[in-house]
Amino acid sequence: MSAVVFARHAMTPAERLRDASWVAFVGLILGIPLIGLTTVDVGGKLAIETRFGLLAAAVVAVFFGRLLLRWAVDQARNRKLDRDRASTATAADRARGTQKLVSVLGWLALGASIALPIAFSDNRYVVDTATTVLIYVMLGWGLNVVVGLAGLLDLGYVAFYAVGAYSYALLSTQFGWSFWEALPVSGAIAASFGILLGYPILRLRGDYLAIVTLGFGEIIRIILVNWTELSGGPNGIGSIPRPSFFGLEFTRSAPEGQQTFADFFGLEFSAMHRLIFLYYLILVLALLTNLFVSRLRKLPVGRAWEALREDEIACQAMGMNTTNIKLSAFAIGAMLGGFAGVFFAARQGFISPESFVFTESAIVLAIVVLGGMGSQMGVVLAATLLVLIPEFGRNFSEYRMLLFGLAMVLIMVWRPGGLLAHREPTLRLNPLVQDAGAKEAA
Amino acid sequence: MMLKMEGVHAHYGHIHALRGIDVEVQVGEIVTLIGANGAGKSTLMMSLFGNPKASAGRIVFDGEDITRVHTHEIARRGIALVPEGRRIFPRMTVVENLQMGTAHADPANYDADTARVFAMFPILQERQSQRAGTLSGGEQQMLAIGRALMSRPKLLLLDEPSLGLAPIYIRRIFQIVKELNRDHGMTILLVEQNANQALRVAHRGYVLQHGEITLAGTGAELLASPEVRAAYLEGGHA
Repeated sequence: MSAVVFARHAMTPAERLRDASWVAFVGLILGIPLIGLTTVDVGGKLAIETRFGLLAAAVVAVFFGRLLLRWAVDQARNRKLDRDRASTATAADRARGTQKLVSVLGWLALGASIALPIAFSDNRYVVDTATTVLIYVMLGWGLNVVVGLAGLLDLGYVAFYAVGAYSYALLSTQFGWSFWEALPVSGAIAASFGILLGYPILRLRGDYLAIVTLGFGEIIRIILVNWTELSGGPNGIGSIPRPSFFGLEFTRSAPEGQQTFADFFGLEFSAMHRLIFLYYLILVLALLTNLFVSRLRKLPVGRAWEALREDEIACQAMGMNTTNIKLSAFAIGAMLGGFAGVFFAARQGFISPESFVFTESAIVLAIVVLGGMGSQMGVVLAATLLVLIPEFGRNFSEYRMLLFGLAMVLIMVWRPGGLLAHREPTLRLNPLVQDAGAKEAA
Repeated sequence: MMLKMEGVHAHYGHIHALRGIDVEVQVGEIVTLIGANGAGKSTLMMSLFGNPKASAGRIVFDGEDITRVHTHEIARRGIALVPEGRRIFPRMTVVENLQMGTAHADPANYDADTARVFAMFPILQERQSQRAGTLSGGEQQMLAIGRALMSRPKLLLLDEPSLGLAPIYIRRIFQIVKELNRDHGMTILLVEQNANQALRVAHRGYVLQHGEITLAGTGAELLASPEVRAAYLEGGHA
């Protein structure tokens, strides 16, 4: 018999006690080296000291903690059972409920994100972190096209982010292009890299696809490190021009014959103006991305992406050209990543290959998967969580990444399909057809 | 002549899966292809669809040589495949699945075609906004057939439509095959392991063994032939 009981039924008090005793016993065994013994410095030498009082307290805490936990789990399960029995709601009703919740959540998030820099107009840290969140939201929405909709596992997404950032950095520092001129061109360059990656891997899927895309991400980074003449190598590219507000610079003093933003609006110069401007800029870019992707989802190309994710053979049998579907997904995903990269370069003013390591790809992928594949709102939630958890975790210093990992594990345990796994159908039936079908059947 | 395969060979890597196949399908016919597991039935279906392409021989559909045509182009010329194992799009709704069948069809026909499929399979109308993955096996098979019909094909290929279904659904599926042919004039090429049922609905049939056609004849002839009885009927499914 298993010592620790994972009972499906509610447990009797005796079972609860036995279960808690076992867990406390395991705690005791583990606790002896971890808590019970400690090393102290005695006159330059290490000595072992015992802390059995603390150990006893910990074991007692584990015992009662386990009792409480089991009780809480049983309570929650009973309540859920009761609710399931009582509810007469159909699956369709529930889906509609989720849909409504998501849309309310979306509008709330939009309102909050517009109001945020007004509420925190003198808090540099908050506006800066929120800008970072939005960059990841935008990256997440871009990767969502490739991974969430088309189902092509891409582990090298950061490559397109890097291509966008370096395109802008080079176009602006070498050729003096402005942010708005460079934005579409950099997006197009990133998209062509997407197609470049897409072509050789059309036949791959699953794990093999993941490995090749991972390699592609590394190739781009290593080229950036080594091609010093083009990219400045590990030193990166500095003094990248910042975007201006319709030609008004966010500087203390304007170059001759021009005005600064603060002068023009009769404000006192503040470094916050630029940060708030950048925040709204990425907010607009992200919203445009969202609008663009949501529209695409409702068009035949979007449905074709989803069909490709579901079943490639069936797609071919339906007469769909899977080559074009895959390449379009790669190109559009890459373009959106490129846009995010342009913004990143413009915001930082300095880029180097260090910003485009594999970890970035992994985080963006985690955002898409944790959010729920293909869910636009899920990406927002997951991006917020994944950026904020390490930020809040700063107080825990070295345990920060541990906390991050724990949060990811917990999300996957509780919501295996992602935070918002619900998929919104993109097509409903014309009501006339319903009647016609009924009539013909009758 | 709807479809003519002449001396078709196909390979999967080094495996010589089809060794000179000759198959003909006339307009308005139900033709069935029976054979044991691994005889090459599904390969024949897939190489007709250009995946894998025939390594030798000729495939002519509706007067045009389609041997070297791309898979998606073949579908556009009016062949619809109901693949083995149904292969519906599980996370998409029933209506979305049907819509995917019209990827290359005239959008003007969409409403009428949906109504026609719903009239044929009322259960799909009831379940229209449900995710296709939540349907039962038989319902999924109906959805797969409905999806294929959405493109108004000239030739319908059915690859083991009775596979893994409950007996009541198997009967229903063969009934549908018959109705499609009789009432809608659909030309059908049916690949089956369920030889008895398949030969009963078919006008003509072919027996495939080790990548070669070993017997051909009308459904009734094959049903009566001692070889077919010994290999596929007696002791097999009744």
